Amino acid sequence: MTEPAFSLRTSGRLRRRQLVNKVMGALALGAALLAVSVLAIVVISVAIRGASALNLDFFTKNEAQGFNPTGGGVRFAIVGTAVIVGIATLIALPLGVLVAVYVSDLASPRFARITRLALDVTNGLPTIVIGIFVFTMVVASHGQSALAGSLALAIIMVPLIARSTEEVLLLVPTAQREASLALGVSRWRTTFSIVIPSAMGGILTGTTLAIARAAGETAPLLFLTSLGTNSTADSNPLHPLQSMTYAIFKYSNLADAGFQAKAWATAFTLMCFVLITSLASKLAMAHYRKKLGG
Amino acid sequence: MELIKTKIDVAGQERLSMSERETVFEARDVSVFYGNQRAIDSVNIDIYQRLITAIIGPSGCGKSTFIRTLNRMTDLVPSARLTGKLRYRGIDLYGPGVDAVEVRRRIGMVFQKPNPFPKSIYDNVAYGLRILGMKKDLDDRVEKALHSAALWDEVKDRLKDSALGLSGGQQQRLCIARAIAVEPEVILLDEPASALDPIATSAIEDLMHELKRDYTIVIVTHNMQQAARVADMTAFFGLNVTPEGSREGILVEYDKTEKIFTNPSDSRTEGYVTGRFG
Repeated sequence: MTEPAFSLRTSGRLRRRQLVNKVMGALALGAALLAVSVLAIVVISVAIRGASALNLDFFTKNEAQGFNPTGGGVRFAIVGTAVIVGIATLIALPLGVLVAVYVSDLASPRFARITRLALDVTNGLPTIVIGIFVFTMVVASHGQSALAGSLALAIIMVPLIARSTEEVLLLVPTAQREASLALGVSRWRTTFSIVIPSAMGGILTGTTLAIARAAGETAPLLFLTSLGTNSTADSNPLHPLQSMTYAIFKYSNLADAGFQAKAWATAFTLMCFVLITSLASKLAMAHYRKKLGG
Repeated sequence: MELIKTKIDVAGQERLSMSERETVFEARDVSVFYGNQRAIDSVNIDIYQRLITAIIGPSGCGKSTFIRTLNRMTDLVPSARLTGKLRYRGIDLYGPGVDAVEVRRRIGMVFQKPNPFPKSIYDNVAYGLRILGMKKDLDDRVEKALHSAALWDEVKDRLKDSALGLSGGQQQRLCIARAIAVEPEVILLDEPASALDPIATSAIEDLMHELKRDYTIVIVTHNMQQAARVADMTAFFGLNVTPEGSREGILVEYDKTEKIFTNPSDSRTEGYVTGRFG
């Protein structure tokens, strides 16, 4: 056997190309690690700074009377956020699902495209703009209320719910719709009796994601319901209510370390809620997609 | 028109006397378009009551498109358009004021892939009954439908179990039960056994013979033996390639099944049934 006249080993220019290859790979890895570590650093530092203020009173008591940085809790803010986001969900869920049904099952392809675009643009609107809109429409004439805040959050949630619902509605096999239609069942009845129940898991996870997003909103709530209100534990949606995000904002502006710890602790609580709900809903969605797809 | 004449000639010879049978579907120059593309061209056919009519032909010849025009499932494709006349018991199926939902209630359909709802066996059959307001004696109606679909004995002890736990053949019979529960007049079967194994296929074929007593059945199949086994009448659809190069389905020959398989009039039918092409 004679030796071949060429070699398959690394040599010359190839050595340089492989070096470039390695460097680029390392840079990409570094960028990815940075992105992950930012999240880790934020979570850890917020946890450390808020830890001292986290105790049972923090969740169950309202703000202490007078200037008392260490006593009391943020129950008022948790209740406020729950009421505001809860009502926003009640408004946005049916609306979002109906929009999705329209886009996926009823609209002409052209109008469906326009609707989708509108949803995406709404989703991209700075939330402060939505806040200003609701302020002029509602608050300017009727005064601050939790309901006004809910309205703004609902505007933020509808496109999120509509888009994620549309996605799962499209995953429901055509064969299911056909089976129902072939029985002489009308279109909307098919949608509500067959398609939506099949897609329910996906709709709920999409909604959970939207809730997590809405709970973290600050800007639109500032001048609709939170700013300048006192910290009572009211839960009447017609009254202005505080929210967790506003409590963070307010406490972090106070000089005392006790209040600042409270700001961190509130941030930690809110962050945990958002992280857990979005993670859980993403996992549920992946599971659900697999189930429908298979 | 020529086709129809041939058919009546042949029909006179045997017990399958077509002249006495009521015509259920009457297609005259039926063409179907998807956008500008013609899928089937000028089909003329009479489908008779309480017979099994098979539609056979190579892939892409418009068999499924044609059967879907019979209960207006083609309406679901926005670009689909039908020309010519298609009558159901004398009524123009595509005439003004005809509601596709009512058409589909009377003309049931079973699809290629079993498509039970992700509900219990009972609820699959009861679904149509409940929505169409046939709620009286619901249990009896469900049982009767499952009996008719030859499934009752296999599922009577687990009616509350998910339909998705059934085998493919059982699922398909459940789909047939679901379709006949709402008491249609016609059952359209679009390749109902193509996803099933031979034993399940044979069960479906036996079932079709049973159902023939009460229903008019139209079945699309790409399995010629199946057509030969179950059908009274067979329509052979072929492919016509136009000078512009587009492929259109046409009805080549329609006759009694025996004639189609033993002594077809058209050389294209002969070529197909003897396996020389397609």
